[in-house]
Amino acid sequence: MSDPMSNKPHAAAIEGWHTLGEQPHLIGTRCCGCGTYFFPKQTHYCKNPDCDSSEFEEVELSRTGTVWSYTNACYKPPAPFVAAEPFEPYTIAAVQLEKEQMTVLGQVVEGVSTADLKVGMPMELVLETLHETEDDIKVTWKWKPVA
Amino acid sequence: MSNEIAILGAGMHPWGKWGHNFVEYGVAAAREALADAGVPWRDVRFVSGGATVRCGYPGYVAGATFAQALGWQGAEVNTSYAACASGSQALAAARNKILAGECEVALVVGADTTPKGFLAPAGGYRPEDPDWVRFYLGITNPTYFALYARRRMDLYGDTQADFAKVKVKNAAAGSKNPRARYKKCFTEEDVAASAMVADPLRLMDICATSDGGAALIVSSVDYAKRIGKGDAPRIAAISTVTPSFASGVVEMPDIATDSAAAEGIDAQSFRAALPIKAYEEAGIGPEDVDVAEVYDLSTALELDWIEDLRLCERGDAAKLLRAGDTSIGGRIPVNPSGGLACFGEAVPAQALAQVCELTWQLRGQSGERQVQGAKVGITANQGLFGHGSSVIIKR
Repeated sequence: MSDPMSNKPHAAAIEGWHTLGEQPHLIGTRCCGCGTYFFPKQTHYCKNPDCDSSEFEEVELSRTGTVWSYTNACYKPPAPFVAAEPFEPYTIAAVQLEKEQMTVLGQVVEGVSTADLKVGMPMELVLETLHETEDDIKVTWKWKPVA
Repeated sequence: MSNEIAILGAGMHPWGKWGHNFVEYGVAAAREALADAGVPWRDVRFVSGGATVRCGYPGYVAGATFAQALGWQGAEVNTSYAACASGSQALAAARNKILAGECEVALVVGADTTPKGFLAPAGGYRPEDPDWVRFYLGITNPTYFALYARRRMDLYGDTQADFAKVKVKNAAAGSKNPRARYKKCFTEEDVAASAMVADPLRLMDICATSDGGAALIVSSVDYAKRIGKGDAPRIAAISTVTPSFASGVVEMPDIATDSAAAEGIDAQSFRAALPIKAYEEAGIGPEDVDVAEVYDLSTALELDWIEDLRLCERGDAAKLLRAGDTSIGGRIPVNPSGGLACFGEAVPAQALAQVCELTWQLRGQSGERQVQGAKVGITANQGLFGHGSSVIIKR
């Protein structure tokens, strides 16, 4: 993954999808009409069949949840994924957020394998390197077991 | 019942990686179905095609493409795109035309030629495209199948050996199916020795993509009787319902589920919803089903489907499997064709291939893989973008 000695600045791999602080949050929206949450952000129409609102507020989603399920990637995905050489398998989790009543996918932090996870386990959101470019280190949200 | 139509003929081009134009497979399947039905091509007044999005313009207008290839004779055409359920949606269009009294005999056909390698999204920086986002973050198709499989293990106690048993069962059935692409029998040890792709799924737990073509000749019950085929298997139900908000299962290619936070909204399962309309329409229940063809994109997914079809209680599918209940000769055989495990997926043809298999099963023409005495069969499949289907046929 990224060179620990690198002085490159950090930048969000996907701009505007999460905050960048110590305790990062995913950024979604919430329908002003019915309270449904959306991630990625939804800003023009509400997908709740009982709601025709077109007003949304930007909200930070809960940064903790519980494991819905988990797996890993043993083979290098195709582009646009940018793989380290040699490719290192990584773990993936789907995490349920209680307040939002939704499940969000993401990679799991380096060093955690599927053997370390279990359905129902508490997880928190952190930022970690996704890949490095010539100019900066692209970071994204990843799930990490709550210590 | 008044909303039934007859299946007069079924035909398939064998599945494989042949690399020919998809039209060839569709025409071969259509000709086999016509011959099977004993219906002259000029009697077919409606051609309903399942679209393929991988083969250029002729694939987008598949109904017209096949009608022209078989020789224009003035029939009306339709093309349906519904991802993996395209064939069922094309079949539903034909049923509507027949039940409306606008035609007596219809051809329903789907075929595909699949490219080699990964199906990757277009490049650039395109965060508005969920498919681009998930590949960028390292989430591929097997990721989703593996999440469902792992959840079964943690919730119901399924094991990787159970998943291997599904492969062994389907391979044994497919070895007796001349139309299957993979006809080799495997052992649980073979599956366990194949490479891990997405824990807990190995290479042999996940289906391939294939070339193939499938076709049905369907007609009004009245027409079937007039040509002496009043006892032909009938389509008793077609469900192509969309999901209901809020979807509580993370679905390809999404990065998150719907939120069920709004008042009056509960998390829903699309797969479990699909057969409900089919059972209601056919006026039967799961206890009436003799045989099922389900979309085993992965071995573990076959177990999910068995529960979604309510052939057993939630969480009990592996028990059925271990008892041999889902094997040919068992209480409720599942995927006697060999399933996607032995075919590989040919998207616009696959839902029709499921109905072809049930047609032959209900006629008692399935040879070594015959489910004895099968009278009622059900299919189930699910694809991208909220598409899915469940078809019930009975005799």
